Amino acid sequence: MAEPWEDDELDGPVRKFMYVNRRAPYGTIYALESLEVVLIAAAFEQDVTLVFMDDGVYQIKKEQNTDAIGVKNFSPTYRALEGYDVEKLYVEKESLESRGLTTDDLVVPVQVVNKDQLAELMEEQEVILSF
Amino acid sequence: MKLSILVNEGPYQHQSADTAIQFTKAALEKGHEIFRVFFYHDGVNNGTRFAVPPQDDRNITEQWTELARENDLDLVICIAAAQRRGILDENEAKRQGKDGNNIADGFRISGLGQLIEAGIQSDRLVIFGD
Repeated sequence: MAEPWEDDELDGPVRKFMYVNRRAPYGTIYALESLEVVLIAAAFEQDVTLVFMDDGVYQIKKEQNTDAIGVKNFSPTYRALEGYDVEKLYVEKESLESRGLTTDDLVVPVQVVNKDQLAELMEEQEVILSF
Repeated sequence: MKLSILVNEGPYQHQSADTAIQFTKAALEKGHEIFRVFFYHDGVNNGTRFAVPPQDDRNITEQWTELARENDLDLVICIAAAQRRGILDENEAKRQGKDGNNIADGFRISGLGQLIEAGIQSDRLVIFGD
C-alpha cells in the first residue's frame, strides 16, 4: 500500500512511455538524441520502457571505441539509466540473434523478448516514441 | 481529441514537415485540439526564418507561422537540438554570445520536458519522421 507521503509525489497522471531504439549508435544522431529524451523524461516519473531492436541493439554493445571517427562514445550512459529508475529494458530476440550477439555482449542487463511478445508490450503502451 | 505532434525531420530534405502541416490542418478542421507541436532532431530547422526556398516552391516555415497565428498553436523547438544546429531566439543568442537570432514568428525554444508533457497531456502523440 502506498504511504500518504508517496501520494504527494504524483502530480498528474502516470503514463506508459515506450522508447524504441532502432538505429545504429553512430552514423546518425538519433540514438544519442533518443537517450537525451529518456534521461530528461526520467525526471517526470513516468512508467518508462526501453526497447532495442534492429540495428538499435548495437547501441548497448560492449567495448565500443569511437576514437577513429571522432565522435563521443556515449554507451557508458546506458549504465546510468538504472540510477534514473529506468529499469525496463527489452531487446528483440530476432534482432540480437541475426547480428550474432548474445546478452553477454551488452553493457546493461536486459530482458530478451521475441517479436510477438514485443508486439504485446507495445499494445500496452500509451505513448511510443521511435528513434 | 487532444493531439500533440512531433516533427523529427528537417524541411525540404524530408516530407515529414509537409505531412505534419497537412495533418495538423486536417485535425483542426475536424474539430480536434492541438495541444502542442514539438520539433526535435533536424525538425528544429522548421523554425528558422532565414530559409529562402525558391519562389515557385512552398515556404514551410511560413506555413507553420501562419497556421500558428490562425489557430493559436504552441510550436516548440527543442533547445538541445536547436543549439547543435544553430537555431537561436533572442535570449539564447545573447546567452551564447552570438551576433543574431533566426527563430521564426510563432515558434518558441524550450526543453525536452515540453515533449514529455505533451505525451502526458494529450490523447495521442502523432509522430512525423522515419
